[in-house]
Amino acid sequence: MTSSTAPVLRVRPARFRDLTLVPVIVLLLVVGAFLDPTFLTAGNLTNVLQQQAAISLLVLAEAMILIAGKFDLSLESTVGTAPAIAVMLIIPVSAGGFGTGLPGPLVIPLALLVGAAIGAINGLLIIRFQLSAFIVTLAMLIVVHGFLQGPTEGKTLFQLPESILYLGSVSWLGLPAAVWIAGALFAAGVFALGYLRAGRALYAIGGNADAARAAGIRVDRVLWAVFILGGTLAALAGILETGRLGAIGNNQGVGWIFMVFAAAVIGGVSMDGGKGTILGALTGVLVIGLVQNILTLIGVSGFWQPVIYGAIILIALMISRIAGGKAQD
Amino acid sequence: MNHHVEARNVVKRFGPTTALDRAGIEIAEGETRALVGRNGAGKSTLVSILTGLLRPDQGEVLFSGEPAPPIADRDAWRQRVACVYQHSTIIPGLSVAENLFLNRQPGRGGLIRWRALRDRARELLDTYEVDVDAQALAGELTVEQRQLVEIARALSFGARFIILDEPTARLDGPAIERLFARMRSLREQGVTMLYISHHLDEVYEICQSVTVFRDARHIVTSPVADLPHDELVAAMTGEATVAYTSRSRTPGGTVVLSGERLSLAGRYQDVDLTVRSGEVVGLAGSASSGKVGLAETLVGLHRADSGTVTVNGRRLRPGDVPAALRAGLGWVPQDRHREGFVPRLSVGENATFPIARKLGRYGLVSPSRRRAKAEELIESLDIKTEGADQPVGDLSGGNAQKVVFARALVDDPDVLVVINPTAGVDVKAKQALLGAVEDAVERGAGAVVVSDELDDLRICDRVLVMFHGRVVKDLPRGWTDHELVAVMEGMEE
Repeated sequence: MTSSTAPVLRVRPARFRDLTLVPVIVLLLVVGAFLDPTFLTAGNLTNVLQQQAAISLLVLAEAMILIAGKFDLSLESTVGTAPAIAVMLIIPVSAGGFGTGLPGPLVIPLALLVGAAIGAINGLLIIRFQLSAFIVTLAMLIVVHGFLQGPTEGKTLFQLPESILYLGSVSWLGLPAAVWIAGALFAAGVFALGYLRAGRALYAIGGNADAARAAGIRVDRVLWAVFILGGTLAALAGILETGRLGAIGNNQGVGWIFMVFAAAVIGGVSMDGGKGTILGALTGVLVIGLVQNILTLIGVSGFWQPVIYGAIILIALMISRIAGGKAQD
Repeated sequence: MNHHVEARNVVKRFGPTTALDRAGIEIAEGETRALVGRNGAGKSTLVSILTGLLRPDQGEVLFSGEPAPPIADRDAWRQRVACVYQHSTIIPGLSVAENLFLNRQPGRGGLIRWRALRDRARELLDTYEVDVDAQALAGELTVEQRQLVEIARALSFGARFIILDEPTARLDGPAIERLFARMRSLREQGVTMLYISHHLDEVYEICQSVTVFRDARHIVTSPVADLPHDELVAAMTGEATVAYTSRSRTPGGTVVLSGERLSLAGRYQDVDLTVRSGEVVGLAGSASSGKVGLAETLVGLHRADSGTVTVNGRRLRPGDVPAALRAGLGWVPQDRHREGFVPRLSVGENATFPIARKLGRYGLVSPSRRRAKAEELIESLDIKTEGADQPVGDLSGGNAQKVVFARALVDDPDVLVVINPTAGVDVKAKQALLGAVEDAVERGAGAVVVSDELDDLRICDRVLVMFHGRVVKDLPRGWTDHELVAVMEGMEE
């Protein structure tokens, strides 16, 4: 036996733990097909992907933050606030802007910058001042959302620069651009966390920060970077959502964070840090998106859907408890 | 001649406390040096300074006569000194291979080549003869395997100086022997070692010389042959102490604790045991003997597959700790950090948990009565604390263990079960804790002492030796170390 064949033959359950949700996805596809003939059409499935594109970026961000052993609740507020602030820096006062009148093409860079800044503030408070990530980002969730409510006085922004609508509304090669972008970013995430030293450092920090520090990893710098990246991804999610809806309502992104955590956790990302994969998180997003779609297709009232989501999350947790065999914290 | 490792006049303060006061150490090339001292003597601080994790306030560290590299240059430190810490520096969720090459994974531009990583890891493990699968998850290794991986990783940086900080604390007899064999072969290769341990017999066995720290200062350095056991203990404690002598007594007639035909799959089979009032029964055996599992069954932590446990004539519901406590049992768990105390709660609260119901009515706890009881316990066990309100997490290991004892003894138990009572505590605390067991027995309790330490077992009236889940021998007082160890390793008959 040569040394190259040995690893292939060995059963590596850890490898497949990321993919525990794949049978669930297959099951949902089968069930969906039986329940509604339109479910398995390309149009409907594209629709599912497009609806999940924006939230999936938050899941990507949250998965990285959780793997590094931290926490960020404020991402959902950034989804609304970052594009809104950017838009208001550009549109005239009559449309609800600040009157600064910056050129329209700057809107996307500005939004991303606002997101990065929010991430940097989280980093400052959590890493520099060593405050609890949970409480800091809970407060930031409220404050950042306030920065959407305050300047708009609760009104929806309708007059948006063309450039912010483009990404969320255009199609490339038959698929919405948002789906391409989310797919590409997930691929980049899978690659970075699997094959880059910086990505592996997230696992080391989340698993045992002291050991990571002793191994020469610049723990603080990596964590700052993750928070800033998280804020930036949330801003990008906001841009995609703005383009899809064509306006920025004052509750854009509100309530997403629960679904984000649910997707990450049922996708196998541990709340304790150091465990989980980006691929797993992606399967979590897909499960939630499919369930949502099936419920809508079979006509379950939107008011009752939360009950089902909650139940799905609990069942997924129980399955992963049984499959994983270890107590969850 | 230059010393391989040297620390001169090191001072380190943490707020108001001085952890090291003009202390130093010099180790020659290829020497194996022991560093001993009571808890809080400054050993851990010196380790942190020698490994470059802490910057001394004053003084300097030299390697082969050269000043130590700047604190920020981790790689330079790791080429000079390697350390196997008391707490694990393994990341449980990553593979052994990745742990070995953490932050220096082979590859270019930060891109990891997994195949090369695995091959390099296998090569490294082979070089140091560590029989561990490179692709296994590090969190699934045994303590011994984990330590070997840490030693291999430490050496792979090219360091010729290794610090081993209490490496035997969580190993059993044969594993300790294998570790010592490995240390001897490293010494033959010219590696310099600093060995930290509370086990003085290990110091005599494996080290050539010993340095004693006390109260943040260097007290004495001497070849082990020139410093007999008593003098070494005296240097550590600052006073002449005689080795603990256990008291003699005659066990009473009443059986206070018995286990009948107890079996638990994978842990122990078909064990009978009786403990009389006024008797101390020891349980000895290797880590796989099942002795801890058996003791934890007696206190209700595990539910035996079959058999019964009786305390004071009352048959206990299996797997019910409160029932055992109500029946008059007090116990000291194996790992005080996990099951022994709540670190942020006060000494008083931790010590009086089992009797909270007696300290007030209707679910209320009277603070003044709790304080009175706590102060009584602090006094009787000689717990060094600022007062009953100090959190247990701030106490030294020995004093925290005394609080765990206080909790076990607070309700005047008729049966006392203690598991590894003196793990990680210093000489004086050890004597106080063994004294506490004997005091309780003189008051009429029966005790079970489960321990890996032969010294702890010396207070026992008889020692039951377990091997692979069965009691193989009942040794009365007067056994020799050799005799006991032979039975524990299954070498007899």
